[in-house]
Amino acid sequence: MADLVIEFVSEEIPARMQAGAGRDLARLIETALTTLGVWHDDSVATGLCAPRHLLAYVTNIAASQPDRIIEKRGPRVDAPEAAIAGFLNSAGVSREDLVEEDTPKGRFLFARSEITGGDTAALLAPIIIDILTHFPWPKSQRWGRGKFRWVRPLHRINILFDGKPLAGSLDLGGGDVINFGAASCGHYFEAPDDIDLTGVTSLDDVQARLRAGYVMLDQDERHDAIIKDAKKLAASRSCHLNETQLGGYLADIAGLVEWPTPLMGQIEDRFMVLPPELLQATIATHQKYITLSDADGKFSSNFIVLSNRLGDAVRDKVIIAGNQRVLRARLADAEFFWQQDQARQLETYLPALGDVTFYEGLGSIHDKAIRMEKLASAIAPQMPSANLKAASRAARLAKADLVTGMVGEFPELQGIMGGYYAAASGEDKAVCDAITAHYRPQGPADDLPATPEAMVVALADKIDTLVGFFGIDAKPTGSKDPFALRRAALGVIRIIVDGQLAIPLGKILQVAASGYGFVEVDADLLPFIRDRLRGYLRDQKMRHDVVAAALADDDGDDICLMAARASALAGFLAAADGAGLMAGWRRVSSILAAEEKKAKTAFAATSDPALFTETEKALFAPLSTMAENQDNIESQLAALGALRSPIDLFFEKIVVNDDDPAIRLNRLGLLAMIREKMLAVADFTKIEG
Amino acid sequence: MPTSQSDEIRTDFQSIILNLQSHWAKQGAVVLQPYDMEVGAGTFHPATTLRALGPDDIWRAAYVQPSRRPSDGRYGENPNRMQHFYQFQVIFKPSPADSQALYLDSLKAIGLDPDKHDIRFVEDDWESPTLGAWGLGWEVWCDGMEISQFTYFQQVGGIECNPVPLELTYGLERLAMYIQGVENVYDLDWDGVPAAEGGKTYGDIFKRAEIEFSGWNFEHADTDMLLGHFRDAEIECGRLLGLETPLALPAYDQCMKASHLFNMLDARGVISVTERAAYIGRVRGLAKGCCEAWMGITETTTNG
Repeated sequence: MADLVIEFVSEEIPARMQAGAGRDLARLIETALTTLGVWHDDSVATGLCAPRHLLAYVTNIAASQPDRIIEKRGPRVDAPEAAIAGFLNSAGVSREDLVEEDTPKGRFLFARSEITGGDTAALLAPIIIDILTHFPWPKSQRWGRGKFRWVRPLHRINILFDGKPLAGSLDLGGGDVINFGAASCGHYFEAPDDIDLTGVTSLDDVQARLRAGYVMLDQDERHDAIIKDAKKLAASRSCHLNETQLGGYLADIAGLVEWPTPLMGQIEDRFMVLPPELLQATIATHQKYITLSDADGKFSSNFIVLSNRLGDAVRDKVIIAGNQRVLRARLADAEFFWQQDQARQLETYLPALGDVTFYEGLGSIHDKAIRMEKLASAIAPQMPSANLKAASRAARLAKADLVTGMVGEFPELQGIMGGYYAAASGEDKAVCDAITAHYRPQGPADDLPATPEAMVVALADKIDTLVGFFGIDAKPTGSKDPFALRRAALGVIRIIVDGQLAIPLGKILQVAASGYGFVEVDADLLPFIRDRLRGYLRDQKMRHDVVAAALADDDGDDICLMAARASALAGFLAAADGAGLMAGWRRVSSILAAEEKKAKTAFAATSDPALFTETEKALFAPLSTMAENQDNIESQLAALGALRSPIDLFFEKIVVNDDDPAIRLNRLGLLAMIREKMLAVADFTKIEG
Repeated sequence: MPTSQSDEIRTDFQSIILNLQSHWAKQGAVVLQPYDMEVGAGTFHPATTLRALGPDDIWRAAYVQPSRRPSDGRYGENPNRMQHFYQFQVIFKPSPADSQALYLDSLKAIGLDPDKHDIRFVEDDWESPTLGAWGLGWEVWCDGMEISQFTYFQQVGGIECNPVPLELTYGLERLAMYIQGVENVYDLDWDGVPAAEGGKTYGDIFKRAEIEFSGWNFEHADTDMLLGHFRDAEIECGRLLGLETPLALPAYDQCMKASHLFNMLDARGVISVTERAAYIGRVRGLAKGCCEAWMGITETTTNG
């Protein structure tokens, strides 16, 4: 058993690719070693990536391949001599080495040869070249005169097997070659000298050697160091990190440093009047600094920048001053837009939306705003708590911020800036809040719009988008969903289900379609939305068979009702009556299936009470009086639940296959009634187990 | 602002240019002069666009290029944005094995010692849709500020670069502002001569131009005339490329003209979002044709 180290040293690997590169390298080497037959049950491949280092450490691989027998099938035994000679030639064996064996296709000649397993060390170079040549970088490049592609110019390939350097080389093409070595290197500025990897005994050992050169190889180690040290630094100013915001770009920060050193910077007071979302976008997204909140939870004027240098009082001052200077310029830009944009009423931006294409064939954003206004006016009356005037006003203004200077510069602030600018233009708070939140939810984890008017505008926006793209046949296919229509549909579903909105979706879609001048709503849209609903419910941990049963033949448009049906059914089946009823259902359906197969006909759901015993009467009574109330799933299920005992009693006391064919048929009719009533509520055939 | 240039190195604007020129001359670059046409970036200079492709197997050049981006004009009111600014451009083909070290040495030459700062190489893939060109590389950050673009060219005019050139672009104003510790570009010391002795700032030289050109770019340029010029340049470029012996360099001049005229039209706000892509495609078609003619590739398939 021996360990293997593979290290590639290159120029800076993009931060966003580092985690994936580590995983890919570990996976590829595991696959390659498995193919060689030297991967062991105890083998572990770990991939680590820092800006200039990509490394895999593999433990416990076999020092040599196991011996193995290779068998080649030749021609039939009675094949012409020429064919046999050809086989001997290709297999490299002589006639007496061949054995004869029977196969289902006849008697054949086989050549068997025993292959002695090779030394692992001698087999590694080609697989490493293969990994290098086929590494799945999202983007790669050539450099110099070479033909070889890597994410950025590659400088060193270090391979150690059992602590010893492995010979080999990579031909870059154009006359350039990288010879395998054992010399890694430290931090570009702090410890640029070679770091000898010869004799490494463990991954910890490798990491320790690099750490001594101020390189943290492990992205997780860099993450943790950044968080820990930044927290400490923040605490020294009675601040804490805005950690919820950090998730999105911590990997970016950690991917830009070999050795993170947090430094505290200061935002100038005059900028602190800017909206916190704008400060966050400028400071975090664009400059990759860590923002802080003060003890009161307010956005702090302190921020943390991660330097890639060791601490040094003089240099740190220069670095902080430089970063503050950049931030000042950025914030001055933001401040300029903030003031400039507010000098006009939000509504005056509307005409300029006419120059922005929503999508070819679907008009301009201005057209969309007008459609959304109409649509909001159609949706709002369905929501008793929504103020129609505010909702339609918000829908009209919702997109106006897209042509402001600020959103041009910070697209991620769309909606949010609109809300601020609406407030500055004297719009009602309900209007402002609706504009702010109307892009929500942006994904499965995002919050829903909180106010009724915001829900109306969010629905109007998403429904308009869905109807439009389906209308021009730009529907999602397979994994392709360039217009995020699945997300839009999921947003519609979440708003409706969460808000318990009994909205006649079909009608609303029709209003949206007429806004585009479409004759009708594309026929695939409602089924698409229903399908997303099924997905949504499954994501809510609802059993897939329960979802299928509740929504089996649903061709309705009441999302809220469908979701309620599914969750009621799930609740029912989890309770005692429901579970018990399912036992009865399985007997009912298996008896009917068997008998109907024999009879080659389906039994009618009718039964003659004159032929009943008391037990059958007790079952027939609730069955015949069950109301056909389609809307109230709860009472339907309660009625089914009430069947449980009579059904159980029926199977306990009654033999269906009575000798009298009339009685037998009557009882089968009773079972068919149970089936009919149950299937009217949900498709219980879909329930598994 | 305390930056850390060593005492001997002069940091006025013109000295930064002189120091970069002599540094790269020592590295074996031919020091060229700006191309005498309006272009949006130093990349447009034929010494980069065309020489990145051929015919020389080794090509090293360094030059200043005035760059015009009409829509970046701010009437001289914004401390960092101008419609006319300078780029220092370096092109080294093939890209040297020690490209990063060479670049860092050039920072030392202008008084920016990398050891006294926090220098980073941050992913920035470069693409010029108008030139049909792309490359991979970084923007280089110094204490959080972008001071250069560092690109390994992969394609120009839709043609693979072989060998691969290294392109360095220094934003001179921004770099000088950082080195001089100045917050407003117009306060940059141009010549190192005290004002009392007639020394000039960047503002002395360019502020009036920024104000006037912003007005022209945004308000007064005759859009019908610009459209006409664009069409003329496009037609002339096509005609020169269509000659039995295509005239690649004069055609490329027309291509640069068309590109700049498109930028002017864009600044005047007469190009809609949907038209934009079409215009860029037209210029790219010209650039592709010029690159192919330059390389002696005869079958031109300009489909944008």
